[in-house]
Amino acid sequence: MAGTLLDVQNVTKRFGGFTALNEVNLQVHEGERFGLIGPNGSGKTTLINCVSGSLPNDGGRVLFQGRDITGLPAHQRTRLGIARTFQIPKPFPSMTVLQNLCIPLEYAAPARSHGAPRDDVAAEAMEILRLIGLQAKADVPSIGLNQIEMRKLELARAMAAKPRLLISDEAMAGLSSAEVDDILANLFALNERGITIIMIEHIMRAVMRFSERIIVLDAGEKIAEGTPDQILHNPAVEKAYLGE
Amino acid sequence: MKRAVPLATGLGVVVVALLLTRLGGNPYYYFAAYVIFQYVVLATAWNILGGYTGYVNFGSAAFFALGAYTAVVLILQFKAPLPVLILAGGLVAGFLGLGIGYLTLRLRGVFFSIATLALAVVLQTMVVNWEYVGGARGINVVRPAAILWFRTYVEFLFVVMVLLAVVSATVAWWLQHSWIGRGLAAIRDNEEAAECMGVPTLRLKLFATTVSGFLMGVAGAPFPYYVTLVEPASAFDLNYAVNSLAMPMIGGTTTWVGPVIGAVLLGTAQQVATVTISSALNLLIVGVVLVAFVILAPQGIVGLARKVWGGRAT
Repeated sequence: MAGTLLDVQNVTKRFGGFTALNEVNLQVHEGERFGLIGPNGSGKTTLINCVSGSLPNDGGRVLFQGRDITGLPAHQRTRLGIARTFQIPKPFPSMTVLQNLCIPLEYAAPARSHGAPRDDVAAEAMEILRLIGLQAKADVPSIGLNQIEMRKLELARAMAAKPRLLISDEAMAGLSSAEVDDILANLFALNERGITIIMIEHIMRAVMRFSERIIVLDAGEKIAEGTPDQILHNPAVEKAYLGE
Repeated sequence: MKRAVPLATGLGVVVVALLLTRLGGNPYYYFAAYVIFQYVVLATAWNILGGYTGYVNFGSAAFFALGAYTAVVLILQFKAPLPVLILAGGLVAGFLGLGIGYLTLRLRGVFFSIATLALAVVLQTMVVNWEYVGGARGINVVRPAAILWFRTYVEFLFVVMVLLAVVSATVAWWLQHSWIGRGLAAIRDNEEAAECMGVPTLRLKLFATTVSGFLMGVAGAPFPYYVTLVEPASAFDLNYAVNSLAMPMIGGTTTWVGPVIGAVLLGTAQQVATVTISSALNLLIVGVVLVAFVILAPQGIVGLARKVWGGRAT
């Protein structure tokens, strides 16, 4: 078995008196395609926020490549190799698509120093855009993009941080069936390049096809873990989604 | 090569200012032009935090006055020379920027603005109650004798302020084209996304508040020698807070050149109005022009020019 890349140990997160995450444990292995599902409000995005550093967790630890990263600010975690996309795309609206990618390339990609020539950065950004299929839009202001292009920009920008772990937070919500396949192909391609991927998704068809292993959250607790097949036939999961 | 052009332009502006004072002319022109260039510094400084980073500072007057009163103290204590006053005024105001940034930058958006407004009030109250610097009555400062080849000390101050304006604009230009400026723009656009893309948002914001405060303090440091009577009501004048915000808005906030254009246009209009109509009209002019721009050209003059020429030049 490949080494553990991300190790979430007993992570708890409270908002006032509400416990959004209760002692959640999970391990993601190097190179894995990992699915994270659960009903609305089950704590998926909160968990991702605790892993990426957007929110501090109240209890437990987060280890990345064996190193305790609990308490590190988000930008340092990104530099270590954790990149994420946002459920609601958050582009930098005053910049073009290409310039959007230059930010993580300059700030996060570990091999780069701030002094790197601008042309190199732009060329690299262009390469990522080509990989995602967004090269035609490179010089378009990022607010001028449509839904699918916006989602692709989110992915491309996360890629530009040169992550080892990519967390895709509902990258496909609201897309058509063909567009879902398009994004899915992107994610498979990235995984083949050795990037570990955590996919949060409501579209079952996509997450079942993509994931090698899945965990299910419900009301802040992990209720199931296993292969897509095991999850589909798990009575607890069925109960969480459909009720009794 | 690219860097040499703005530097040469800046140097050229200073040389022209120097030559102008050799030509003579009505001394009042230099008195008025000083104010305009002072606003170039203030507007540029404000824009580094307000325009580049997206944090609106309503307390510009506090930083300006802190520079001025730092100078007053140094003059009273040591009769310190002007370059020392400018540097010290900048450092103290920069330090205030760092401190206020550290205390308030966890507040986002409008809460930061309210905190800066409160800062100005607190600082003014402190100065009013500080007898050593004259309290509410103010204090008289004796200008040094005219130096070098200048006819009057004000002409010397005018050239100094032109130099400071050029330095400020150069700093803003450099920031805009550096990785720091791109990071600040990312913060302005979406702070959470910037942080997640590896931008050290807190550190960059502290950098912006410090540089912005430093330049405002620099603008205020020569003020005692310029007015010779320093009193809280004029050093903390509402004009400074309003103008340093309105000028970048009118010129355009995303580039270094916007605040310069805004300051020169609005500053000149105010000086002309002061002489020809009434000195109380200044704020009214600013108000009307600002409202017009916010409605008709929210991107300022720079944005308007871009729309007309269709280019994407700096």
